Amino acid sequence: MTSPAAQGRGAERRRALGARFIFLGPGLFYVTVFMAIPMVLVLSYAFLKRGRFGGVKMEFTLDNFHRVIESVYVSVIGNSILIATITTILALAIGYPTAYAIARLPRKWRNLALVLVVLPFWTNFLIRTYAWILLLNSEGPLNKGLMAVGILHEPLDLLYTRGAVVVGLLYAYLPLMILPIYASVERLDNSLIEAATNLGASRARAFFTITLPLTLPGTMIGAIFVFVPSLGNFIVPELLGGGKTVMIGNLIRDQFLKARDWPFGAVLALIMVALLIILFAGQAAISRRINGRGRHA
Amino acid sequence: MNKPLLSITGVSKFFGDVTALDDVSVDIRENEFFALLGPSGCGKTTLLRVLAGFESPDAGSVTLGTQSLLALPPNKRPINLMFQSYALFPHMSVEKNVAYGLQREGLGKDEIRDRVTEVLATVGLTDKASRRPAQLSGGQRQRVALARAIVKRPQLLLLDEPLSALDRKVRAEMQLELKRLQHEVGITFVVVTHDQDEAMSMADRIAVMSEGVVQQVASPVDLYSRPENLFVADFIGSSNAFRGTASEAGVQVEGLGLLPGTVGASAGEATLVIRPEDIRLVDQDQAVLTGNVVDTQFTGGSSTIALSIPNHAAPVLVTCQGSASVTRGETVHLAWDESRAIKLTK
Repeated sequence: MTSPAAQGRGAERRRALGARFIFLGPGLFYVTVFMAIPMVLVLSYAFLKRGRFGGVKMEFTLDNFHRVIESVYVSVIGNSILIATITTILALAIGYPTAYAIARLPRKWRNLALVLVVLPFWTNFLIRTYAWILLLNSEGPLNKGLMAVGILHEPLDLLYTRGAVVVGLLYAYLPLMILPIYASVERLDNSLIEAATNLGASRARAFFTITLPLTLPGTMIGAIFVFVPSLGNFIVPELLGGGKTVMIGNLIRDQFLKARDWPFGAVLALIMVALLIILFAGQAAISRRINGRGRHA
Repeated sequence: MNKPLLSITGVSKFFGDVTALDDVSVDIRENEFFALLGPSGCGKTTLLRVLAGFESPDAGSVTLGTQSLLALPPNKRPINLMFQSYALFPHMSVEKNVAYGLQREGLGKDEIRDRVTEVLATVGLTDKASRRPAQLSGGQRQRVALARAIVKRPQLLLLDEPLSALDRKVRAEMQLELKRLQHEVGITFVVVTHDQDEAMSMADRIAVMSEGVVQQVASPVDLYSRPENLFVADFIGSSNAFRGTASEAGVQVEGLGLLPGTVGASAGEATLVIRPEDIRLVDQDQAVLTGNVVDTQFTGGSSTIALSIPNHAAPVLVTCQGSASVTRGETVHLAWDESRAIKLTK
C-alpha cells in the first residue's frame, strides 16, 4: 500500500513530467520527424539494393559500401575534402582577425559590425552566387579592372575553376566562421590578458598562450560550420565550377535525382554524417581539455 | 624609518570629463604593508592600474627605487598585481598558472620547478598543483593568484580588493595569512580596498582616497585618532560632528553652547569631531550636553547608545562597555575629555 503522501508525490511527479513535455514537445517532435526518421531511412537504404526507377528493393547488400572505394569516387571525395579544407583555412585566416577586431570595437559599434557580417544572408544564396559569375567572367569587372590598370594584358580564366569554387564557398560561409569566434573572443575576460602582461608576457605571447587557446573551442565550431556545408555544397561547384569540379554534394544529388541509385546516395550521405560526428567529437574533446571540466586530478 | 621604494608624484588621470586621479602624491616605503582605502569610484583602482601600467597618467611621475616606472611597458615592470577576480588562466593547472610568469623570464626548467614547488608550499597548495582553477574553492583560488604573483619576487606587489570575493570567515583567516606572508617573503604590499576594517587590521599605513584625491596618509591609529579632515573622520569608524566657530577652548555651536576641544583649529568655522567611545555618561553637574536615549544596541563586548540632542539634527552616538545601563526615553548627560575632541576646518 502506498501512503496518501506518496500518492500525492507521484501525482506531482506526473504533473512535472507533463509540464516538461509541454515545453520539450515541439522540439522533440521536430527532432523525431525531421531528423531521426530521415536518418534511420538513409541508414537503412545504405544496406539495400537499388530499385529500377529510384527507391530501394528490400534486399540486404553491402555492395554500396564497396563502390565507395572505387577510384572515381575516392577522387571526388578527396577533391571535396581538399576544396572544403582550403575554404576553411582561408575563412579562418580572414575570419579570426575580423571577429577579433569586431569584439574589440567599442560596444556601440559591435552590433552594427555584426549586422554587416550577416547582411549577405538577407539575399538569396543563388542570386549571390550568380553575382560571382558576373564578377569573375572574362568580361567581368575584375578582369576589366585589372586590364585597365595594366596588370593584365588578356583576361584570366577566373570562372569555372577550382579557385572560383573556393571563392564562392568562402563568400557563402565566412559569416559562419566569424560569428562563433566573435562570441568566444567577446566572452574572454580581458583581465586574463592583463594578468599575462603583468606576469611578463609580450602582446604576442599573451595572444598565443592565453587568447588563442581560450578561443579555440569557438574557432573550431566556426571551422566545422564552414567545412561541413562547403563539403556538401553542390550549387557553388555547379555554377562557379562549371561542372568541371565535382564535389561530394553533387555526387549525392546526382545519385538520388539522376542516376536514381538511392542506396549509393545514402552511403555517400552517411560518409558526410560520419565525418561531421568525428569533427564534433574532436571539438568537444579539445574544448573539455581547455575548459578543464570533467577531469579530476 | 625605511627609505621610500615607490614615489608617486603629482599623478593625475582623466577619463573624459571625469577626474579619476587629481594630483596624487604618495610615498610607499620598502617592506611596508600599504593600503589604498576609499569608497568605490574614488580612484584607488585607477592608481593601481597606473602602477601596473594598464593606464598611463595624464600628468605626474612614478619612480620605483631610482628608475622611472612610467617609461617601462607593463610586462617589463618589476611589479606584480593580484587581480580582484584573480584572473587565473582557466586552461592551465595551478602549477602552470604559477609557472607562467617564470617562463616569461626565460628561467631554466629546474629552477622554475623548484620555485613553483616552494611557493605552492608557502601558500599551502602543494597537493592541488595539478588541479584546474575551476576545481578549487574561492580561498584556494585566491592563494593561487597570490602564489602566481609572489613567485616572481617582485619589488612591489599590488593587491586589488584581495579579499572581497571571499566569505566572512575565510576573509578573517586570509587577512592574517596575507600579513604573515608579507613578513615571510619581505615584499612591499600595496592593497586596494573599500573595507576599512580590512585596511585597518592589515596595513602599516593607509592612504584614504576620495574623488581622486588623497585625503590623508597615516598609520591606522593616527588615522582614527587624528583625522585631518571631515571625510576621513566620517569614513573611518563612526564619529559625532558638531559645526560651529572654533576658539582655543573648543567650538561654539549655535543652540548647544561651547563644546570643549583643544586639538586642531583655533579660529574660524570648524567642526568638532568626537568618537563615540570618547563620550562618557556623567552626572548632571558635569554635563556638556544633555539628551534623550533614542535607541540602544548591544554588540557583544560593548553597547552603542543613540541620543537625540535638542537643537542638533543628527543622533549622537555613545559607546560604552558591556550592556547599556540606560533605557529608551531616559534623559542622560554627556561629557568628554577636551583633548579627545578634534576641531576640523574642512
